[in-house]
Amino acid sequence: MSDQAALFEYLLRLGDNALILGHRLSEWCGHSPALEEDLALSNVALDLIGQTQLWLNLAGDVEGRGRDADKLAYLRDARDFRNVLLVEQPNGDFAATMARQFYFDAWHYLLLRELTGSKDSRIAEIAAKGLKEVTYHLERSREWVLRLGDGTEESHERMQTALDDLWMYTGELFETDEVDQAMIRSGMGPDLSTLHEPWLGLMHATAEEATLTLPQPGWAQRGGKRGMHSEHLGYILADLQFLQRAYPNATW
Amino acid sequence: MYAQMVKTGVDHIQSKEEMSPEERAFQDRVDQDIKIEPKEWMPEAYRKTLIRQISQHAHSEIIGMQPEGNWITRAPTLERKAILLAKVQDEAGHGLYLYCAAETLGVTRDELMEQLNSGKAKYSSIFNYPTLTWADIAAIGWLVDGAAIMNQVPLQRCSYGPYSRAMVRICKEESFHQRQGYDAMTKLARGTPEQKQMAQDALNRWWWPSLMMFGPSDAESVHSAQSMRWKIKINTNDELRQKFVDQTVPQAEYLGLTVPDPDLKWNAGRGQYDFGEVNWEEFYQVISGNGPCNRQRLRTRVKAYEEGRWVRDAADAYAAKKGARAKAQAA
Ligand SMILES: [Fe+2]
Ligand SMILES: [Fe+2]
Ligand SMILES: [Fe+2]
Repeated sequence: MSDQAALFEYLLRLGDNALILGHRLSEWCGHSPALEEDLALSNVALDLIGQTQLWLNLAGDVEGRGRDADKLAYLRDARDFRNVLLVEQPNGDFAATMARQFYFDAWHYLLLRELTGSKDSRIAEIAAKGLKEVTYHLERSREWVLRLGDGTEESHERMQTALDDLWMYTGELFETDEVDQAMIRSGMGPDLSTLHEPWLGLMHATAEEATLTLPQPGWAQRGGKRGMHSEHLGYILADLQFLQRAYPNATW
Repeated sequence: MYAQMVKTGVDHIQSKEEMSPEERAFQDRVDQDIKIEPKEWMPEAYRKTLIRQISQHAHSEIIGMQPEGNWITRAPTLERKAILLAKVQDEAGHGLYLYCAAETLGVTRDELMEQLNSGKAKYSSIFNYPTLTWADIAAIGWLVDGAAIMNQVPLQRCSYGPYSRAMVRICKEESFHQRQGYDAMTKLARGTPEQKQMAQDALNRWWWPSLMMFGPSDAESVHSAQSMRWKIKINTNDELRQKFVDQTVPQAEYLGLTVPDPDLKWNAGRGQYDFGEVNWEEFYQVISGNGPCNRQRLRTRVKAYEEGRWVRDAADAYAAKKGARAKAQAA
């Protein structure tokens, strides 16, 4: 794989994570537990949509085939998506959404912090902008894990179930493949395995404070980064891409 | 409007001689355009009418999130998706400001939500129509937010301080929504033949329900007269409807779209458009629960509220524990 091809893949991963998670969060708008949460979840979703545009536009530039963020978002099929499995998992109840968010935000935060030191200044710039937003996302999702974990008996149970159910999708976040290797070699991206320890540290501290039990390390589901997804992604794309597919070449 | 028919509980307009000294002092302040603030004395009927009006408005903002939210996951570009999501988010914010304004009159948000969920409280008839295509999102921004502004801009000057201030914030955002809607409609009207047809179809379906938003003629209504005396209503429904038609018809023409009213005609003598009669039978049916989406809208709202209860309870319980721990530490 050429360095350029690896960079393109890497940027798709960053963009697709933001795109799919932003999409999932936007599904909550109007259906959340309180108006304040409609506002807050939409804020996070809007940040992620903005990050999607930056990453995917850059991916399109790197690829050099005239595809912009919209073309990449709306005209690829599921097997060409590079997001991790975690972000495409259904919203479930509010606890599941917040557990998914907390697992992801903590990783996203650590990753973007590293990427602000990328040798590629375009990456460093997007990461710096995203890091500000994600710092706030992480504060918020961590706060909800605490609230639900240490709230009522019911919320505790739901949050524990959510942490357990989603745990198997976290392993993929720290795996390093040939794309990541190429990024490490060129000084563009970090070794993802080095993020695992600080991530686990935050998980353990938060679980303890929330009176929750963090699941034991176990078998990890993997494949999203290479285009092997769950059944859920196809339905996300059916919604997301409907108009672009039904009316090819129209502008909106 | 968002509050289409607000009862005031009065059966005639009192003359100043009939008023108690308190009532007279209150009316004098209103007449002098002095804002009424929450802690001041106010007639009970004024307070109740305002609660009704503000909460109908708030409920409309909240229910209105559904027809538009219906297209968030299917918006055609990342930019349109962000614009729509931000718009629906604004509507949630409007609901929030308005519930806060209502709370200054001695009622809680939970009480108001219970009234909405039980079907007791009304909200604007417009949100009981379905959004069938993307063009409906453009049409709502253009027409529905456009109609909302017509009545909310004058309400910025209304007599009740908290309501008037909420309106100032809301109006800025609503006019932004209206422009974005018109912009989205322009893209469609100037787009492919299919897009243009989609735009025309949306105008056909949203035109009359938009005119219904202003409510039936209230020139003869004692409630309307009372509300105007209190300055919580500034114009009659017919005045606002006329203004809306006069503003919107040229916009439709500019887009090359046809307003679905065979009786629509410029009246040079009046300097206004003549237009056809709204189907008020349909309006009364929709407002009393028989619109295409009433049951669906209410059920969706109740579901979100009920399914969110354990989350709100958990947040309360956590806050209480945290407070208790902080207290124990301080002791
Ligand atoms: Fe509105
Ligand atoms: Fe609004
Ligand atoms: Fe609006």
